[in-house]
Amino acid sequence: MTATPDTEPPAGVHSLWRLRGYLRPHRLALAVMLGTALGGVAVSIAIPLVTKSLIDGPITDGELGPVLPLGLLVLALGVLEAALVFWRRWVQSNAVLGMETAMRRDLYARLQVLPMSFHSQWQSGQLLSRATTDMSAIRRFSGFGLLFLVINIVQVTAVTLVLLHLYWPLGLVVAATAAPIVWLSMRFEKRYVVVSRRVQDEQGDLATRAEEGAVGIRVIKSFGRTEHVSRQYEAAARSLHATSMDKVRLSARFWTFLEVIPNLAVVVVLLLGAIGVGTGKLSYGELVAFITLMLSLVWPVASLGVILAMAQEAMTSAARILEIYDTEPDIVGGDQVIEQPRGHLRFEHVDFAFPDAPDEPVLRDVNLDLAPGETLALVGATGTGKTILTALVPRLYDVTGGRITIDGVDVRDLDLDHLRTLVATAFEEPTLFSMSARENLTLGRADASDADIDEALDIAQAGFARDLPWGLDTRIGEQGMALSGGQRQRLALARAVLARPRVLVLDDTLSALDVHTEKLVEEALRRVLSETTGLVVAHRASTVLLADRVALIQDGTISHVGDHRELLATVPAYRELLAADSEHEAARP
Amino acid sequence: MSTTTTWRGVADSDAEEAAERDAPRFTGGSGQLLRELLRPYKGAIRLLLLIVLVENAARLSIPYLVKEGIDTGIPPITDYGDKGPLLTIVGIVLIATLTQAVARNIFLVRSGRIGQDMLFQVRRRVFRHFQVLSPAFHDSYTSGRVISRQTSDVDAIYEMLETGFDGLVTAALTLVGTAALLLFLDVKLGLVALLCGPFLFWLTNWFRVSSAATYKLTREKVALVIVHFVESMGGIRAVQAFRRGPRNQEIFDDVNDQYRAANLVAFRLVAWFMPGIRLIGNITIAVVLLYGGYLAYHGEVTVGVLAAFLLYLRQFFEPMMEISQFYNTFQSASAALDKLAGVLREEPSVPEPEHPTTLTDAQGELRFDDVRFSYVDDRPVLPGLDLTVPAGQTIALVGTTGAGKTTLAKLATRFYDPDEGRILLDGVDLRDLTSDNLREAVVMVTQENYLFSGTIADNIRFGRPEATQEEVERATRALGAHDFIEALPEGYDTHVANRGGRLSAGQRQLVAFARAFLADPAVLILDEATSSLDVPSERLVQHALRTVLAGRTALIIAHRLSTVEIADRVIVMEHGRVVEDGSPESLVASGEGRFSDLNDAWLESLA
Repeated sequence: MTATPDTEPPAGVHSLWRLRGYLRPHRLALAVMLGTALGGVAVSIAIPLVTKSLIDGPITDGELGPVLPLGLLVLALGVLEAALVFWRRWVQSNAVLGMETAMRRDLYARLQVLPMSFHSQWQSGQLLSRATTDMSAIRRFSGFGLLFLVINIVQVTAVTLVLLHLYWPLGLVVAATAAPIVWLSMRFEKRYVVVSRRVQDEQGDLATRAEEGAVGIRVIKSFGRTEHVSRQYEAAARSLHATSMDKVRLSARFWTFLEVIPNLAVVVVLLLGAIGVGTGKLSYGELVAFITLMLSLVWPVASLGVILAMAQEAMTSAARILEIYDTEPDIVGGDQVIEQPRGHLRFEHVDFAFPDAPDEPVLRDVNLDLAPGETLALVGATGTGKTILTALVPRLYDVTGGRITIDGVDVRDLDLDHLRTLVATAFEEPTLFSMSARENLTLGRADASDADIDEALDIAQAGFARDLPWGLDTRIGEQGMALSGGQRQRLALARAVLARPRVLVLDDTLSALDVHTEKLVEEALRRVLSETTGLVVAHRASTVLLADRVALIQDGTISHVGDHRELLATVPAYRELLAADSEHEAARP
Repeated sequence: MSTTTTWRGVADSDAEEAAERDAPRFTGGSGQLLRELLRPYKGAIRLLLLIVLVENAARLSIPYLVKEGIDTGIPPITDYGDKGPLLTIVGIVLIATLTQAVARNIFLVRSGRIGQDMLFQVRRRVFRHFQVLSPAFHDSYTSGRVISRQTSDVDAIYEMLETGFDGLVTAALTLVGTAALLLFLDVKLGLVALLCGPFLFWLTNWFRVSSAATYKLTREKVALVIVHFVESMGGIRAVQAFRRGPRNQEIFDDVNDQYRAANLVAFRLVAWFMPGIRLIGNITIAVVLLYGGYLAYHGEVTVGVLAAFLLYLRQFFEPMMEISQFYNTFQSASAALDKLAGVLREEPSVPEPEHPTTLTDAQGELRFDDVRFSYVDDRPVLPGLDLTVPAGQTIALVGTTGAGKTTLAKLATRFYDPDEGRILLDGVDLRDLTSDNLREAVVMVTQENYLFSGTIADNIRFGRPEATQEEVERATRALGAHDFIEALPEGYDTHVANRGGRLSAGQRQLVAFARAFLADPAVLILDEATSSLDVPSERLVQHALRTVLAGRTALIIAHRLSTVEIADRVIVMEHGRVVEDGSPESLVASGEGRFSDLNDAWLESLA
């Protein structure tokens, strides 16, 4: 796990080169694109040359004869040019979109297998920008930038050669103007990248503030801090305004220069060219062809800067994407499968520390043995590592010492999908996706029948899901129906129950329920837990009573295991944690 | 069920999607908002138009001057070696070039400034407006939508201001100016050249109509990709724990491919449009050459005129091709402006008073005077509530889910206004207090314990930024939060976003408590605030509450009765009415009634 979002990866041509595999299926298309583009260059040079002959024909020599064939030739070349452009664009759209789609698919696939330890370091926004902005940057460069980088250089060289051939003194003038433009473009590009990055960063800051203003709105209102927050936002917006103006001024100057230089060349060419015609060194047709050809160079030369910026951007993007491709998933499944799982769960000398803080162990030497069908409650103060202990079983994280076994097999030797079929977890903070309620429920078992779903809903007291406007087909989550915390927890519980695991993990799943509902859920759960092995994180005595035994976790290790009443009677720390009302009871008559 | 189409489920047809019309017209909401935004810059825009006219005149004069150079500059040289006329013309070309450059630079900088100023105004207005809108609005308008209004929608407007206006103005002026000049140079040849007009119009119109639908589709599809991507990554823990990977990949491949298909249609439209324009342009040039050559042979036009025609025609078609580039920008900007206009039209349901009463040194007496309230018509949550809380009293609100406890709290903090009746603080109707004045006096802590980016100390000081470090520590010590904060890598200066991301739910809740205590309000409302704490922390908080609540009015809502012990008075609510009211001892002692039952059930649950 080397990648962290804070460090910008080194970008270079090699990053882009490593992604060339995505272009391979489109080799033929690329060849067509290059061929048609080169053909286009040839045609665009030919038209002014034919025009030259046409002007020199009827005017200078006073012949009408060549007008019609030459005119028709220009017409044919014009149609050919349009056809070539069409062909190139048509082929190009298929190729570049196919490439982009394949890259995005692979990125998503890779991200899905990367473990929690990776995802806890990366915000989904950073990953998203790789899947959208960076992909588009690479698409733009490989479909457009790369092609025109080649084409423009070919065109500039060819046209300059033609111009030199037509009348070399003027050709030299034109060639001389190319130098400052290229130099200017490269300089501009460097500064532009810097200021663009600054604008991007500030936009990011502003977006963060907008997000805080939205998510924290109730806190802001509760404390009457609207004015304060608005002022902070405005200060950031004002700073973005200033930076953006720097960018505007920089590009204004650049674009102005880009237009001035070729126009100045026209001035010189007109002056020298007209004198040339006047003194008979140049024909009228040649002068017209000369000016036309020269103006056709403006765009290819000017766009070099843009294309180089595009290349730079694509390289950075490629590096950012490779960063994810290069991260190896360090949680990989084994090949063992338990044919007839019984659900015997054992923790043997388990240690755990987060990868970024290896010296601060969260769990130390945890030993537990859950017989098949047994339910164990895990009790401990806030921050003692209960949640991480439960996350180790389905291998959302891996132990850093010791091992966890199911029916005697180390979980790391089990096929990952198989392991996660055996173990299902209902999390305290339930994750619901913007999908139908049914899709959310059947997350762990896509083939569940309606009867199964009904049963799970009944156990979790989540019957409300049937009364949603479109029943179980109602979209829930951020983009759909808003549900209360308690409703979300009950759906998450139903989801875990529906998966019919051998080992059911409940991570303080009932915290947002009111006493009445909690009681109903507990009664139903008791039935489920009698058949499966259960690991229940509990804060309340009522939840503890679901379990056959209780384990007390202190400072990252299991200090006591026993029966609830026994622990209540003998362990002061346990009494402290669960006998909420000791004081209250004492105070009462 | 396992098909890739039904997974999304059904939702209310989104008002936003409906608002996105088929073609950008800047009418209705977007038009009005755009006009409003442009109003302060009327003068500046007139000046800009003048500058852009000058610029384009200079630009368009150059081919004409080239013609002059050829037709009137060359003959004197050939005839008597006189370079004078040519030099004059070249001098004028030089002046025109420099004029164009200067005008162009001024235009770019000035229009950039107007655009940035407008953007700043939009950002400011929208942010402030979201802040002013009532929590009732935010309850239904998810934070994701609030954020995308302020990011992607503003970006769409930015794109339009940056590229669109300049392109459109230049294209329009070039079209009109060039057409006029062509006719002026030579009527017959000009008319022949302008024959391309109807074809151009037809092609552009076809593109406009068909791309509108296509771009809209593209935006919808990319939104699907983004939502699915973000949710998969945000919920990766559930994805992995439930082996959701393959199914997710199936759905992602599907939306990804839909996006590709939509994009392909858009790309292919451009693949028809761009060469189409090129074709019309090239044919026009060929026809002009043929006819112009014929005319030149007969001496009816000069070589210079022919050359000018060729140069003008080249300029004529270039901006047309760019239209396809910024057409999409216009369309998304129009949709974005519509959505923003919709938000700005929302009125806060709890408006600020026009003639506010100022309350200094609030005592904290809270009175509900025949308060009626309902979220949905005909389903009253509070059908007429009378309750007086004397200053300094601590009240526990007890009752089943849906009894109206939280609603009461939301009314007391003026997140909502009652439909009928009044709520008075120290005898002043809440509706007569400014929001800031009210919030100084009444603070609510809920389960939702959002922490802002910044340090822990910043977060605790949120309600009272001027508090000293001693005061901050006094608040955390009282809550027993001091020790765990000190143990963090950088103590009070630990950033919540980085290492603080690992604060447990209970620890975050303690920080939220400290924030409320430090704000020192006259009335403190706790809505289920202790539910995510473990028992020892909850006990610490309750200890602290005894001291903190002394001399303060407090409303405590709790599902669990452990909190009740610190209350002076218990109110049991059912269906929005007070059904029992008395000291906890007296209610329990009575041995009957709901509170007594609840208390028994609770004692039983503790086992």
